[in-house]
Amino acid sequence: MKLFQNLFDATRPAVTTGKLKGLYPLHNALETMFFVPNHNAHSGAHVRDAIDMKRTMITVIFALIPALVFGLFNAGYQHHLAIGQIESGWANFWTLENAIYGAWKVIPMIMVTYIAGLAIEIYFAYRNKHAVNEGFLVSGILIPLIMPVDIPLWMVAISTAFAVLIGKEVFGGTGMNILNPALTARAFAFFAYPTYMSGDKVWAGLTQVDGVSSATALGQYATTGTTDYSAWDAFLGIIPGSIGETSTVAILIGAIYLIATGVGSWKIMFSAVLGALTMGLVFNGVADLMVSPEQQAYLAVPFYYHLVFGGFAFGAVFMATDPVSAAHTERGKWIYGFLVGVFSIMIRVFNPAYPEGVMLAILLMNVFAPLIDHYVVEGNITKRLKRAQTVQA
Amino acid sequence: MYLCGEILAAMPNVHIVRNGLDLPILGAPEAIVDGHLSASVYAVRPSDFRGLVPKLAVKEGDRVLAGDILFTDKANPQIAIASPVSGEVARIERGDKRKILAVVLLADAQQSYRSVPSGTPANREDAIQWLLSAGAWSLIESRPYGRIANPEAQPKAVFVNGMATEPLAVSPAVALAGREEDFAKGLQVVGLLSPRTVLSIAANETAAALTKASGVEIHQFKGPHPSGTTSVHINRVSPMNKGETVWTLNYQDVVVIGHLARTGNLKLERVVSLCGTGIAKPRAITATAGAQLETFLSSELKSGAYRVISGSVLTGANVGKNGYLGYYASQITAIPEGQGTDFFGWVLPSFAKWSISRTLFSWLTPSKKYDLSTKQHGEDRAFVVTGVYDKVFPFDILPLPLIKAMWSKDLEKMEQLGAYEVVAEDFALCEVVCPSKQELQKLAGEAIDLLYTEMN
Repeated sequence: MKLFQNLFDATRPAVTTGKLKGLYPLHNALETMFFVPNHNAHSGAHVRDAIDMKRTMITVIFALIPALVFGLFNAGYQHHLAIGQIESGWANFWTLENAIYGAWKVIPMIMVTYIAGLAIEIYFAYRNKHAVNEGFLVSGILIPLIMPVDIPLWMVAISTAFAVLIGKEVFGGTGMNILNPALTARAFAFFAYPTYMSGDKVWAGLTQVDGVSSATALGQYATTGTTDYSAWDAFLGIIPGSIGETSTVAILIGAIYLIATGVGSWKIMFSAVLGALTMGLVFNGVADLMVSPEQQAYLAVPFYYHLVFGGFAFGAVFMATDPVSAAHTERGKWIYGFLVGVFSIMIRVFNPAYPEGVMLAILLMNVFAPLIDHYVVEGNITKRLKRAQTVQA
Repeated sequence: MYLCGEILAAMPNVHIVRNGLDLPILGAPEAIVDGHLSASVYAVRPSDFRGLVPKLAVKEGDRVLAGDILFTDKANPQIAIASPVSGEVARIERGDKRKILAVVLLADAQQSYRSVPSGTPANREDAIQWLLSAGAWSLIESRPYGRIANPEAQPKAVFVNGMATEPLAVSPAVALAGREEDFAKGLQVVGLLSPRTVLSIAANETAAALTKASGVEIHQFKGPHPSGTTSVHINRVSPMNKGETVWTLNYQDVVVIGHLARTGNLKLERVVSLCGTGIAKPRAITATAGAQLETFLSSELKSGAYRVISGSVLTGANVGKNGYLGYYASQITAIPEGQGTDFFGWVLPSFAKWSISRTLFSWLTPSKKYDLSTKQHGEDRAFVVTGVYDKVFPFDILPLPLIKAMWSKDLEKMEQLGAYEVVAEDFALCEVVCPSKQELQKLAGEAIDLLYTEMN
């Protein structure tokens, strides 16, 4: 403890007045990570809540740990299963081989994301003379979790850079962005490198392996209207998919933690689920009206299956709830969440080119969130005006 | 409990406040009035009066009586600030550009008053003239903007606040004991000022002076702080619309006015809560506005690094232990000054820290109280988290949109979103719970001042 303090004290002159001035934001970010600074309330209220942005963000990261750990094992499991090394089943899931394979694939992705993202964040902190904001701590772990395991690292780096630059910094940095940065990264990768983001090779580390394949449930649905995977397997997560998205159980644990701590908005999560179920039910009702048998079959999928397949659960819990890009007003959160759910399932079912609808649905609703807020705020304004008119009348 | 609340709410003039926060802070005062803050030096600081630019009426060496005018408002010379004590003007403290920081007085051992005729004025005009001539007008604040009232204005109502929900405040029942007569007399005078006089009291109030007050419309409020703030009372009883004016007073100011009516002397003495964990024996005392704290606190303050606040931990001013009691203050709070850095304090779990969020463990022990220090617990950040302010902001106002309108100085939006209904202090709880550590009271104060400048 003293050692670290001395280290920071000793290096401070170099970055404040010395030659390494450009590194001050990095020094400051590291120092404030080790030691919450001895700032005291200097204006206004004299006591403050013990929560700060760092604790808020680390809470989200804690909530992501179950999905991350499961994703590591599942990446290895799907790979070894597809190349025929192991039989399917839980007996072969929690193995060291799976963990090692998963870690070998995922940890470099996390590192690349953090290095690419934080380098840009620190540059902008230096350029705009502010401290490094903590927002990217979460984005940096979200981005790998929504990528296929086989995506090349340089694509991860470029997608991250795009997300931080175009998704966030051009709007003014943390707190100002319209779109969720992590989803911006995924959308960039999805449209720039489609062959690495979909198909039946990328989910299990098979791009170098000929003759075997591992399709996602939604991929199968989009082409055939049915899937080989059971909803129970999808709920537990033992199916191919992006690293963090497969296990609804692991995501649910994270969701419970986020709701319990109050960091994630239960209103958004709940209304997103409600929206998805509503859309699923509507599709069940109109399935017979479809022309092609595949479409009929897809629309007739039991409505609650939509919650466990694909990235819906992950999106609703960790992406839609990003407070900056979601609706800001409490009433707006209900509308926003509901529409995220509705559009996720609509895009998923009706657009076979985009088997994963939740990404586009959330990005779409990110764009509409300010509009929703606008109407909620207008409602408040109108109410106040009416009150004034009643008095005058 | 809930049902009980519903029944209460169904009764007329009972208002339930749900959103808010009673800060779990140690150092509550004992419910007795014991002792007087005696001081030989007093100071009146223009910064205690929002928006007032002082024009001095005295110079160094002048002798003044208690009630004599020290300075007036440059913009409206009718608004005059009276000396709380008799004695000699020792010095005028000035800051940058000769800005007046304080008028410092050496008090006489035996206080003498500049007397005005005692007795209750006959009508509204008389009451206003009488309060102005006695130097007591500064006790009447006006909404919107939260400034000393303009005597020319026609308020739709006067709100007398008979509550004290600020952290560690003395209950009105304790502060009013023995002063019931003055309070009742003061209410009579205040009742002349507008067509409607509202007295807000706590739902569980026991003091007869409040529950049986005559000539006023009594409203009861129940719930956590800020249920006892005038802004909430106005918001629930008769919300401010654009162009309307409301005058407000605290119950202790009513006592001062009542004493003035009874004796003809302006005695700016209040029952003050001497509180906080830095105080050896937290209790209520009596004190005169502007008193220097140093001598008195030397025997009351524990040794150690404490911040001495004139006012409460939410809205008070950091005056230091050799500072002066504010002109309106009814609390002297001493809490520990935050010390040192916190090794990985943002991630390590801790049972010793308090948070309204459930990211720490304080929610598991809702009745536990904490020795809260002035630590900020983190650095200033951009607005990220939403929905936090709403939990402690019981107005029919969207706090974040209003704050953002204030931030961008969008006066039209501010007006539309309810800026006339709030004062800076209403954002104190938002400021406490803000994870981005934004200085909301400062922001709101400056924005409302700007609104005032543009509208007048």
